[in-house]
Amino acid sequence: MFSILRSIWLTLLHTFYRRFTVQYPEEKPKLPARYRGRIVLTRDPDGQERCVACNLCAAACPVDCIALEATEDEIGRRYPKFFRINFSRCIFCGYCEDACPTYAIQLTPDFELAEYERQNLVYEKEHLLIDGQGKYHGYNFYRVAGYTVGGKGKGEAQHEDPPIDIRDLNP
Amino acid sequence: MNETLFYLLLIVGVLGVMLTIAALLIWYERRMLALWQDRYGPNRVGPFGLMQVLADMVKIFFKEDWIAPFADKWVFIIAPTFVMIAVLLGFAVVPFGPGLVVSDMNIGLLFFLAMSSLGAYSIFLGGLSSNNKYSLIGALRGAAQVISYEVFMGLSLMGVVIMSDSFSLVKIVEAQKTVWFVIPQFIGFVIFVIAGFAESHRAPLDLPEAESELVAGFHSEYSGMKFGMFFVGEYLGITLISAMIATLFFGGWLGPSFLPPVVWFFLKTMVFITLFVLVRAALPRPRYDQLMALGWKVLLPLSLLNVLATGALKLYFGS
Repeated sequence: MFSILRSIWLTLLHTFYRRFTVQYPEEKPKLPARYRGRIVLTRDPDGQERCVACNLCAAACPVDCIALEATEDEIGRRYPKFFRINFSRCIFCGYCEDACPTYAIQLTPDFELAEYERQNLVYEKEHLLIDGQGKYHGYNFYRVAGYTVGGKGKGEAQHEDPPIDIRDLNP
Repeated sequence: MNETLFYLLLIVGVLGVMLTIAALLIWYERRMLALWQDRYGPNRVGPFGLMQVLADMVKIFFKEDWIAPFADKWVFIIAPTFVMIAVLLGFAVVPFGPGLVVSDMNIGLLFFLAMSSLGAYSIFLGGLSSNNKYSLIGALRGAAQVISYEVFMGLSLMGVVIMSDSFSLVKIVEAQKTVWFVIPQFIGFVIFVIAGFAESHRAPLDLPEAESELVAGFHSEYSGMKFGMFFVGEYLGITLISAMIATLFFGGWLGPSFLPPVVWFFLKTMVFITLFVLVRAALPRPRYDQLMALGWKVLLPLSLLNVLATGALKLYFGS
């Protein structure tokens, strides 16, 4: 009997409690710093595409929403001929970002992806590419990798020693 | 003014006001429940979400009105009308203000009890004709509930009748000029409120409906405006019971004269409607054997004792 009256009274006290609702379109929710939302492709500090079309993100994707095809430009630099993410399938797990060896693919805190046409959720490379470097500043894969590319030979990358002649006995 | 015209206007007014209140209660209940659950509730459509009522009504009128092929068709169709008709007839004896009563019968209280009991038929008929096991269980529970609360519901009001020497609701209100009956008849008030919850089939005593276990119970098979009538009937029932609580125990239209009597009446009614919503927000539903045990073993003896004590005191001090 007493507990019944008490629970009614406690419920009545909720009249003066703060409401938890976030009135979304007017009031934006406060997202955690590492919120995983819309996927972007970033560029290196020189403004070139970071993606080297290694396909690791597509392999890591558990729902197979990433599709790309590799190609090379005239100086031997690999880049994706097309890069397509189907956001109607994407589950925002972040495995692609984890798998990416060049910090090219990154997840941003943007979650407002709603579309009227389902087809519009398929993002092509021109939709995915952003002008900046995203979360990882100053990283340029081709400058640190020991990969020969136009204008940069073997052993000319940052933190890289010149190649050793393995047939020479001298130290 | 012409008397016939006055009564016609009154009847139309009562019908209109009550149906409007019942419709607005849909919005009111959702807002109040939301308030007590730290949410907002419907607040998008119109000012404070008030137009939600209109949106809901338009929606429910355009819903497919489906009749289950295995249902007992005619009973199925007329079942929802019972609760509406019975409850709306019940409003005929409610005095909204001095002289503002459709029919001041000398058996007004009995008429109210009869009409509110008739509302239960829509549960039996709806549940039986649906030909669905959940609806049947809901109807059975409705019947179990009816036989356990109807008895003490009537008895709990006999104290009021003894004190005011009348079954007429107008006389009952006028007898409360010195002191509201809630003070001398507190036990009767508590019992009547509990019976009122059972009568209007509201949480926590909404056993025939019981969404969580019976999938809406007696109206599982109903859709469209037939379901809407059960719904409006439920809200009308709340309004009727709240109006009766205000009339019988809280002095009806009586109140300090800075507000007109009708306003006092509706204010008191609103307080009890809010109480209905508050209790729904706070309490879980008992099993129906618990409800029956409470009814037969606690509330019936209590109400009998109340009648006995009131009668004895009346004989000793009165007249």
